[in-house]
Formats: sequence, C-alpha cells, structure tokens
Amino acid sequence: MKLFKFRGGVHPEGRKDLSAEPPIRSLPLPERLFVPMQQHIGAAAKHQVAVGDHVKKGQLLAAGVGMVSAPVHAPTSGRVIAIGDFPAPHPSGLPVATLTIESDGDDAWLESEPPADPFALSPEEIATRVGAAGIVGLGGAAFPSAVKLNLSRRSEIRTLIMNGGECEPYLTCDDRLMRERAREIVEGIRLIRHATGARVALVGIEDNKPEAIAAMTAAAVGSEVKVVAVPAMYPMGSEKQLIQVLTGQEVPAGGRAADIGVLVHNVGTAYAVQQALCHARPLVSRIVTVSGAAIVAPGNLEVPIGALAADLVHACGGFRETPERLVLGGPMMGTQVTGLQIPIVKGSSGVLALTRKEVEANQPGPCIRCSTCVRACPMGLLPLEMAARIRAGDPAGAVDWGLKDCIACGSCSYVCPSHIPLVHYFNHAKGDLAARERLKMKNEATKKLADERNERMARVVREREEAARQRAARKAAAELANAAAKKAAEKEEVAA
Amino acid sequence: MTPIVHSPHAHAATSVSQVMATVMLALTPATLFGFWLYGWPAINLWVVSLAVAVLAEAATLKIMARPVRGALFDGSALLTAWLLALSLPPWAPWWLAALGSLFAIVIAKQVFGGLGQNLFNPAMAARVMLLISFPLEMTTWLAPMPITSAAAPGYLQGLAITFAGVTPADAVSSATLLGHVKTDLGRGFGLDQILAGIWQPLDMLWGQRGGSLGETSAVLLLAGGLILIARRVITWHIPLAMLAGVALPALLAHLIAPGHTPGLAYHLLSGGLILGAFFIATDPVSSPNSTGGQLLFGFACGLLTWIIRTWGGYPEGVAFAVMLMNAANPVIDRYFKPRIYGRDRKGAALVPAKEGAK
Ligand code: SF4
Ligand code: SF4
Repeated sequence: MKLFKFRGGVHPEGRKDLSAEPPIRSLPLPERLFVPMQQHIGAAAKHQVAVGDHVKKGQLLAAGVGMVSAPVHAPTSGRVIAIGDFPAPHPSGLPVATLTIESDGDDAWLESEPPADPFALSPEEIATRVGAAGIVGLGGAAFPSAVKLNLSRRSEIRTLIMNGGECEPYLTCDDRLMRERAREIVEGIRLIRHATGARVALVGIEDNKPEAIAAMTAAAVGSEVKVVAVPAMYPMGSEKQLIQVLTGQEVPAGGRAADIGVLVHNVGTAYAVQQALCHARPLVSRIVTVSGAAIVAPGNLEVPIGALAADLVHACGGFRETPERLVLGGPMMGTQVTGLQIPIVKGSSGVLALTRKEVEANQPGPCIRCSTCVRACPMGLLPLEMAARIRAGDPAGAVDWGLKDCIACGSCSYVCPSHIPLVHYFNHAKGDLAARERLKMKNEATKKLADERNERMARVVREREEAARQRAARKAAAELANAAAKKAAEKEEVAA
Repeated sequence: MTPIVHSPHAHAATSVSQVMATVMLALTPATLFGFWLYGWPAINLWVVSLAVAVLAEAATLKIMARPVRGALFDGSALLTAWLLALSLPPWAPWWLAALGSLFAIVIAKQVFGGLGQNLFNPAMAARVMLLISFPLEMTTWLAPMPITSAAAPGYLQGLAITFAGVTPADAVSSATLLGHVKTDLGRGFGLDQILAGIWQPLDMLWGQRGGSLGETSAVLLLAGGLILIARRVITWHIPLAMLAGVALPALLAHLIAPGHTPGLAYHLLSGGLILGAFFIATDPVSSPNSTGGQLLFGFACGLLTWIIRTWGGYPEGVAFAVMLMNAANPVIDRYFKPRIYGRDRKGAALVPAKEGAK
C-alpha cells in the first residue's frame, strides 16, 4: 500500500523496551476503588446509586447527561461507601465528584445476555450499545465513542482507520493488547466498520512493533481489516498525521476527519467495543503501562477503573529510587502529577515515574532562531514566532501565526536547543484566549440583558407617559365638551 | 519534587552550546590547515580574536545587567570570533582582530539585544566594518609559508609579526586570486593571459593559495559543511542555493563572454564562498525560517556575491552579500511561511474533496 508522509516530526528515544516484554498482568483487586463521574470529554455523568447500596461489577453507577457524555459502571462488586469529592487525575489536583466503592472481594459480574449475533444488529443499535457501555476513546482523548459513531453516520465514511500507532515513548499498552488479544480487537474493528459502513478498515501500527503487526495481520486474515506498518515517527499516533500518512488527505482546518470521509478509533477502543457487544461487558477496566527508570519492574497491568496510581506502582515493585517526576500518560503529552493518590480513569494510558536523568530539566535560554522547531512541527507552524507573540503579551497575534492549528504535540519543545517551553506557552495562551472568549460572551450576554432591561424600562416609561398624555387629552376633550355644552346651553338660554 | 512542569517530559539531547560546539568542530579541519599554511602569526591572531570576544561578552553582559554565566558559556561569542578570525588576513596585526571582535560582540550582537536578536551576522558586520575602515591592512595578503617550511617564522618571530607589526623580509606579498583577476581585468588584459600560470584549480581546491584563513581549503571547508548537514545543525537549502546563485550567472556569463569573465570552477573555489555558504549565510539568527525563504535567501546571497565580484568595487563580495540579505530577512520571513496542515498557502481551510473526485 502506498504510504504518504507528514511534514516535520521527531524521533524521541522510545524507551519502550522497559515495559514491552512482560505479558499483561491483572492488578490485584484493591480494597477500595475511586470512580470519578467525569472521565470523558463532555458533561459529567449523574450518579444513580446511593451510599450503602450494593453493586455488581458492570452495574450502572452513573448515567450520561446530555448529548456528549458517557455513563460510568461499577468496576467491581461491592458497596458504595461514599459519594464526594476526590482529587482528579489532573495537574491541578482539583477535586471532582467521585464514588468510592469498597470491594466485597467476589468481583461478581452483573448477569446480562449478549446478543446472539452482534453483526446482525443495525448500525444505530451498535452505536446505542457502545454508548450504554460507557466506551470512550482509549487513546487518551476520552471522547465518547458513541457520539463519534453517530456524528460519522451523518457524513459518509469511506475509510475507518484504527490507530495502533502508539508513538508516545514508554507506552506499550496498545502494543501488548495487540500482541495478546488481536482476535478480539479485529472483531471489534469489524463491528465498528459495520456500524459506520466504511468500505475499508486500515490498522496503522508503527513498524517498531513487529510482534503486534504479526499478531494483528494473522488475526485479520480473511477479513476486510488491513494491517499497515507505518514508519515510527512522533506524532504518528496523532489522528491528523495518521490520516495523512494512510490516505494522503488532510483534515480541513477547523473541520473533522468525517469531513473527508474518515473515522479514526484507537485499537484499545475496538477491544472495548468487542467486549461490550459480544460479551455485554461495559468498560470497567483498561490496560495501563507502568514504566520509567524509577520503577522496579515496569510492565502493563489490566486495571479496574478507579484503582489508585499508587496501587499500580506497588504492583510493579515500587520505586527503585525517588522519582524526579510523576507523569500520567506519555512523556510527550502527558501531565505531571504531584502524588499517586489519584484514580486511574478510562483515558489513562500510563503511569510514569521518571528519574532526574530521564527528564533532563534544563534552564530555558534565549531563542536563537535556529528554526529547528519549524522543521519539527507536523502542522507547518512557526513555533518561535507564536512564542514570541505570546511572550510579548499578544496571544491574539499568535493566533495569526496559527496558534489554533497547534495540536500541542510537543515536537517543537522536544527539539528546541534553547529548551524553551514552547508548548507551555501555547497551551497557556489557548487557555487565556478561551477565558477571554467566555468573558466576552458573558459580557455580551450581560449587556444583552441590561439592554433588554433598559428597553423594558424605557417602554414602561413611554407607556406611562403615553397614558398620562391620553388621560390629559381625554380630560381636555371632556372639558372642551363640557364647555361647549355649557355654551350651547347658554346660547339656548339666550335664544329662549 | 520540582513544581509542575508542562509536557513534554522528555527532551532531545541538544543544547545551544552543543550546536555551537558542533559548528566549531566543523571549522576545525580548515582552521588547522590554515594554521599550518600561515604559521604562528595566524595562530596568534585566532587566539586574540577569541580572547577579546569572550572578555567583551562578559563585560557587556555585566554592564547591561544580563545574566553572565549561561550566556557566556553558550559558545556563541567564541564562534563569532572564530568566524571573524577566519576572514582576516593571516598576518594582520593583533589590533585588527581585537577591534573586529569588540565590534562584533558589543555593537553587532549585544546592542541589538544579545543572542538571537541581532539583525546582521556579527562576524560579517565586523569584517565589513574593518574592510571599510582599514582597507590597507585588510587587503595585505601573503603567499602561504607552511609552518614546516624553513622560511616560516618561529614562535617568537610570530609574536613580533602579530603584536609589533614586524614583517620579515622574505615574506612574499601576494594578491588573492580574486583581487588579481579584478585588477588585471580592469587594466584590460584578457582572461587567458591573466590566469596563465596562476590559476591552479587543484591548488585552490586543497587550499595552496593566498587569502584569509577561511578562504583557503575549499575541500576542508566543504567537509565541515557536510558535517553540519549530517548533524542537522543546518539544512542543505541555503548553502546549495547560494552556490547555485553564484554558479548560474557565472556559467551564463562565461558562455556569453568567455574571454572576459572567469568560469564556474573559478567562482566556486575562490574567496570565501564555501565558508560563506555553509557557515555564515546559515547563521540561524539572521537567516529565514522556512525552506522557501531559505532557498530565496541563499540564491540571492550567491547572486549578489557574483554581482559584487563582477562589477563591485571590491574583489570579494560574500560578506556584503550576506549582510544585504540579512537586512532583507525580516521581510522574507513575513512572506515565506510553511503551509499549515489543513489549510492552503493563503491560510484558508481546505475544502474537502467530493466523493468520487479522486
Ligand atoms: S527551536 Fe527553540 S531556539 Fe530554535 S528557533 Fe525554535 S524556539 Fe527558537
Ligand atoms: S506543539 Fe504545536 S507548534 Fe509545537 S510542534 Fe506540535 S503542533 Fe507544532
């Protein structure tokens, strides 16, 4: 198959060998699980259980609210012992609404019948079931998958692309999943293809994962699923870049992949879809890579949602040395966290404990305009110019240089010889702009309200004046009439 | 634990000082060859340039209350001084180098705001300043006198040449080839006549010729340039475009008037073209960011070099050409930007192709 190229890109040190070899292990069931209501993009789910309730594994804990949302299910059987705030897996560590479940140790599933033949289901029915299973994009973005399926049904999807790129260094959870559960993944892919009506399903896997490519190719024999080895290059696993490499097309700025007839899902998501449709199992666990030089025995764990990052590190032998930095996700786009008392959510792909040597923190220096960042940017942007505008306090100027097209992949920061935290600038500015936008909208709304109120007041005053005028006019008319009547009477008197 | 740091949490093993060190490493072979060719005076001159540049950098940083330590050790001052030393006549007096370094660091770099802010390449700005102010000292060339030859000055004699301006009697002054050809063409001689006996392409290639340190060995400089490309410090765009900018008009002119204009090899191997194309025009700060801009910039540098060599008042034009284009650089950067993914060249969002359009 002819492959295309994306511009720029970098070759970060993979460090995948740390965790790629040991098979996936199950995390020993923790005593307590902390299940946040918001694990996805969109509105937080609303809880349907009360403190003290006993729940079965897979039982609905919270229902999705509104158009873009996803339900949350019990990751094990046990008792709901608290509903309240708990630190979220987010750099701010801000608390979010969370259900605490005390495990009863049975890990007993809620009984439910899978459909006899999931391929006999209509596309709508598949999307509904995917939604009801609480499946979100497992590549990290955590966008509700059913919403994506439904949106795509409106545009004609020709190509389904399955993202097995896993271009982030350290992470091997997709790699292991593809090696060990290729048959299930392929079945999931075929179901998604069936739901979208796509003609072809391409699985893009970076060529640094030969075992995964072999396993997936073998599993795909005789199906309409085609496994394609793509060059290992960061950010191959970014939706826009993978589409470009496999189809030669670009997603229009401000548009969606569906606009060019493409739909992208992660291979982990395909596995979750297969579990939901063939076994009636909602999404209550995921594979997480635990790695970094500070971890004693790095590897991949199958983890119930809501387990604490500390449980995972413990299961991997704990720390070899005090880590310099803890990161949730991959090193290129993941977020730093300050502690391990935070729950694993559907979008968590990795827990990394990095040593001082690995993070190599250098003091930023001045920009030498070497344009290394320009050469690295996969979006064709000029990171140095955007950063210069932002530093000068002009985020709107940075937008003119393409800030809104930045995918925050970190390639530019990664290669900058002056160690300038470019992505930090960009995300900060994007946040700033969004806040300004909101403020503007709020101001406009307030202004509209105030205008309406003034308008109302003015109308009342006008009406009052009008009434007074009318009253005065009526009075005058009456007086006039009176006077005329009097005159007439007088005249009559005179005449008489 | 350190405070929250934004992603990425990994970094390529590069730094500004490493980039500068790579460039200096790439300059080393040609420089050593120049030392061998011109002996102790050349080494002295090089040392003076570098020492003065570092002192000047430290002093200005201190006066301007900028952080001294990091900026001083990034190697940029050393590199500037090194490039300047390579563009001076090897037996020039010490004060020429000192003045040049001082000007390059204080005026051309720090006054503009320090590393990354300068409009002009500091080394070339200094060279042009010296050329205009001290035309005699800047154009006094000597025939090569390899350090191993009997006639070469010893260490002490070298000090006397550099610091006391004593020129030994047996030193043969010699114009550079470019200078010689220019003068004689001006006098109305034919090209065959002029070049007979002095145009030795192989010597030019290896560097057996009169000129500044950095004008000598085309092969060694080219090797250094290729190291820079291989190490991804520079890309091929500017150097190749600049060579093409000289080569195309030279070829054309030579075809039209073979008797009066020197040919391709002469232009490519002469003067500071190779040094300029790979080490000077590629200075990141004062060259464009996009590949399109870089191609234009490089070609224009080359074309201007050829024009100055052919019609200008000076025999060599690399420094002037690069400086002229440095001045045009902000404009080039404005008009040449890479195409953004999902947008056309003008920045409008792409329109999705209709089904069946393929
Ligand atoms: S890589 Fe860094 S130093 Fe180089 S141009 Fe970009 S921001 Fe400036
Ligand atoms: S973070 Fe943004 S600017 Fe930097 S390389 Fe990625 S897309 Fe380009």
